[in-house]
Amino acid sequence: MKKVYSNAAEALDGLLHDGMFIASGGFGLCGIPELLLDAIKDAGTKDLTFASNNAGVDDFGIGILLQTKQVKKMISSYVGENAEFMRQYLSGELELEFNPQGTLAERMRAGGAGIPGFFTKTGVGTVIAEGKLEKQFPTGPDGAMEDYIMEEGLFADLAIVKAWKADETGNLVFRKTARNFNVPAATCGKVCVVEVEEIVPTGSLDPDHIHLPGIYVHRIIKGEHEKRIEQRTVRKKETA
Amino acid sequence: MAWDRNQMAARAAQELQDGWYVNLGIGIPTLVSNYIPEGVEVTLQSENGMLGMGPFPIEGEEDPDLINAGKQTITELPQTAYFDSAQSFAMIRGGKIAMAILGAMEVAENGDLANWMIPGKLVKGMGGAMDLVAGVGRVVVVMDHTNKHGDSKVLKACTLPLTGKGVVDRIITGLGVLDVVEGGLKIVELADGVTEEELRAATEATIVN
Repeated sequence: MKKVYSNAAEALDGLLHDGMFIASGGFGLCGIPELLLDAIKDAGTKDLTFASNNAGVDDFGIGILLQTKQVKKMISSYVGENAEFMRQYLSGELELEFNPQGTLAERMRAGGAGIPGFFTKTGVGTVIAEGKLEKQFPTGPDGAMEDYIMEEGLFADLAIVKAWKADETGNLVFRKTARNFNVPAATCGKVCVVEVEEIVPTGSLDPDHIHLPGIYVHRIIKGEHEKRIEQRTVRKKETA
Repeated sequence: MAWDRNQMAARAAQELQDGWYVNLGIGIPTLVSNYIPEGVEVTLQSENGMLGMGPFPIEGEEDPDLINAGKQTITELPQTAYFDSAQSFAMIRGGKIAMAILGAMEVAENGDLANWMIPGKLVKGMGGAMDLVAGVGRVVVVMDHTNKHGDSKVLKACTLPLTGKGVVDRIITGLGVLDVVEGGLKIVELADGVTEEELRAATEATIVN
């Protein structure tokens, strides 16, 4: 079965519909599926719910879909750095569900692993726990009972992901901290579309070095990435 | 006299033990990495998916695929390992990270911590802070003792929405070091030139010693 498509629009053909739920990889602007986000903008799909750690900046990442008012709801852990996001949120146009970062990652992982709910200590005794099932487990010192809350797995209609390299069967390799949410996001989509910098012939990746096996990957495109830096921090070259 | 930001960071660095894996928050906690004592090897975790965080890159060597949790460009070290966000928080929640050093808006005498939102003000989100305080072995807060109006940030009870309940072990401020113990806070150390009376006067929380 052919997984390699020629461009982002073709790779998304037949997968988009208004009101759908999309899980996206990326942390800040690092490792975001920028080409697929552009194609969703061009497709004009509306009322989207996104599970994504962040919402991009005004003119890059999910931010471009906020400009065109294609997003109905965000499930995120941190949404600073985006003025249009804040404007839409404060005016009530955009729904926002804050998830602790690890809870968001685990909700994606759990969904992809067929686990509809799990218990976590994160958020116990905070607003995050409100309305959630609570249960105690004997995980404390000497078997003391500790409080946990239940969080639900995420099951997305579509996952959009950025990897470094893919082979033709969809085996993926990521690069440095650009892996981030891409792996859990990829697993929790009914369909997963991946954009990469390089597609290599099947057999040329070391099977021991594959970060995400191709079973999770349905469509692949290769493209040129801008890969914008959000906070450029440097040090002076030390003189010997 | 009291400790300045760098002196607070230097004092916090004394908390580190050889062989520990540690997560440093944004702000003063980031400065702690400048003061790691001689002979103490710690591995810094960045919750976006990295152990073994190195310094900022030399100009021209920035890599958009290599950032820390504050989205700043950084570098790798010989011992660096990368992983995904689910794995990153698995090691946090699983108690593998020995210590987190974090900033705070308020800390209470029962160890409650508030550092993510002020109602009515712009809320950016909790990021990984709730997971860190719930999961790591030890939580050390480094912050100013009072806010810009001179009000104590070391309180009987937090007024802001919590990041974690009963999670703080030690507080390091410009005035000294306090531990969360049964019944309130215990003075462990006074900053250079600070008297016990000054620290008590600036603290709303119950001090037990």
